[in-house]
Amino acid sequence: MTGLPGAAGQSPAQEPDTLSVPAMDLTDPSGLLTPSDHLRRRQLVSRLANASQTACALLAVAVLGTVVYSVASRAASVLSIDFLTKDPPLFYGTPGGGMAPAIVGTALLIAMATAIAMPLGILVALYLTEFAGPRSKPPIRLALDLLNGMPTILVGLFVFGLLVVGHHQSGFAGAFALAIIMLPLIARATQEVLLLVPLSLREAADALGVSHWRTVLGVVLPTASGGILTGTVLAVARAAGETAPLILTCSIFANTVSVNPFGSQALPNIPVYIFTASESADPYGFARAWGAAFVLLAFILLANIAGRALGRSRSMSTR
Amino acid sequence: MGGAMRLTGALPARGRANGRSTDRIGDGVLYGLCLFAALLAVVAIGAIVYQVIDGASASISRFGPGFLFHSTWKPNFGVFGAGAFLYGTAVTSIATLLLAVPIGVSIALYLSMVAPRRLRGVIGPLVEMLAAIPSVILGFWGILVFGPFLQAHLEPFLHRVLGFLPIFGTPATTGSGLFNASLILTIMVVPIIASISRDLFLTVPQELQDGATALGATRWEVVRGVVIPSAASGVAAASFLGLGRALGEAIAVTQVIGAGNFIHASLFQTGDTLASRIADQYQGATTNLQIGSLFYLGLILLAIELVANVAAQLIGRRFDVGRVAAG
Repeated sequence: MTGLPGAAGQSPAQEPDTLSVPAMDLTDPSGLLTPSDHLRRRQLVSRLANASQTACALLAVAVLGTVVYSVASRAASVLSIDFLTKDPPLFYGTPGGGMAPAIVGTALLIAMATAIAMPLGILVALYLTEFAGPRSKPPIRLALDLLNGMPTILVGLFVFGLLVVGHHQSGFAGAFALAIIMLPLIARATQEVLLLVPLSLREAADALGVSHWRTVLGVVLPTASGGILTGTVLAVARAAGETAPLILTCSIFANTVSVNPFGSQALPNIPVYIFTASESADPYGFARAWGAAFVLLAFILLANIAGRALGRSRSMSTR
Repeated sequence: MGGAMRLTGALPARGRANGRSTDRIGDGVLYGLCLFAALLAVVAIGAIVYQVIDGASASISRFGPGFLFHSTWKPNFGVFGAGAFLYGTAVTSIATLLLAVPIGVSIALYLSMVAPRRLRGVIGPLVEMLAAIPSVILGFWGILVFGPFLQAHLEPFLHRVLGFLPIFGTPATTGSGLFNASLILTIMVVPIIASISRDLFLTVPQELQDGATALGATRWEVVRGVVIPSAASGVAAASFLGLGRALGEAIAVTQVIGAGNFIHASLFQTGDTLASRIADQYQGATTNLQIGSLFYLGLILLAIELVANVAAQLIGRRFDVGRVAAG
């Protein structure tokens, strides 16, 4: 159909599917096949599309690099051991000081949130894989997906209405809000890895007379523990950077290290500190906030890399 | 997978007396705990809806549905209205999607079809790292680094070249505004669309693509004619997920949008979205009516989010995006 000698000479506009070949002997196997105008244009469009796609990918990487570089370069002047261990200065507009309270507070909040979310997330995933029938699965999965997509400011409003109204802000309220955000992530990751536990392991346990709950605790969960850990690490990386829920539940705090989550003062934390500094006009506050941002960003990026590396090595070892 | 199979007949008689009762108790406790956790997840959604409605009750009873259409927000006079923020939310979301969907799909095409195999393992995770940047850091960067760049270079350039369009009016004196917020939201939404779309494009059957190539299609024609149509509903679902992210983002937006109160045609002016107004005004809210109005904004946001999420589920179900999005 195309490229036959008889088709030569027809213009591309009339027969777009025909290769209109300039006068050339197609029966000569050593001759070159050059593309016609139309094919050349199509190939050019294809190359342009490739180039623009590559450009978009490079743009994304460039933005990532720009943000990381901005944070790192502006934090460099502030970072020191003092920065990690001292309190911020008492008065507005003074240089120096450190971010120790915020670092300690964030660590505490994450630890408490994980302690709440991890068991609950594993239990929900266990319910979905071990006990749920076809009628009870969809509503629970829908609820988990809706929780996952819930704007964090609404989670903050919820916990504010539940725990803060009538009382006061507290570290526990902040941790509770973070736990709500972490729960769907851990549940989903756990569910995926529970589905990967080979049926033969469960059947072997049953054949030995092991009860269901012992099978779950002694066979299924240990097999799935790597995936659960990966999911938890990624959930921690997500929750560490969440600011909106903490604004509403854990943002009025002193500038000293506090380890009491139920006290009358909220726990200091890095995201709220950065947010408050960004809304004020204190350049020394900005400098400290860049340093805090660097610490937070480094932690989150490293946690992400670790989580993905864990996930990859696990999936390679089960092959 | 329903309950596990039980071969209780194989138990030795000796172990049956004690073993069975602890087994029964253990099984019951495990089932109870799991059911409790699952119900908690479902109840949580209902509890969130209830709390938001309850918190907004003062404002709902005062303003009713008219709250959605009035665009005055004057705390000192007790007048509140969501109109300006609905406009801000709509404008930033549309602008973000207009930028993020093409860029995200292009990146996905690059990662699934154009990039050499070794580069995929490098650039793919880098794009996902972009999603991992906390919004507060992105917003902080947006105020101090990106905003000045926009104000000094990009906004005047756009005004010079495209100033006949009302959306590219005179640049404001600070870099804050709907434009800055839309760009920051784009940075957040692109990785979501890119990674879901990339996984979708990788599932398009290779035979279809090879068949198209065998018929003489160039790579772009394969993409346009085979890959994208196959994955279209999945990409639409991914876009809805990205839209949900853009709608709900409060912190980064409030840092760079400038907390304006009025509706302007130009993108370079300040404004506010539903989520960012809540984050911005919460700490200064004194009266019950103001707090109630902020909850009312939250209620509108919740309604929009639920619709967007359910739409993403329905579209995605046709393409099993849920499984892909979880990965």
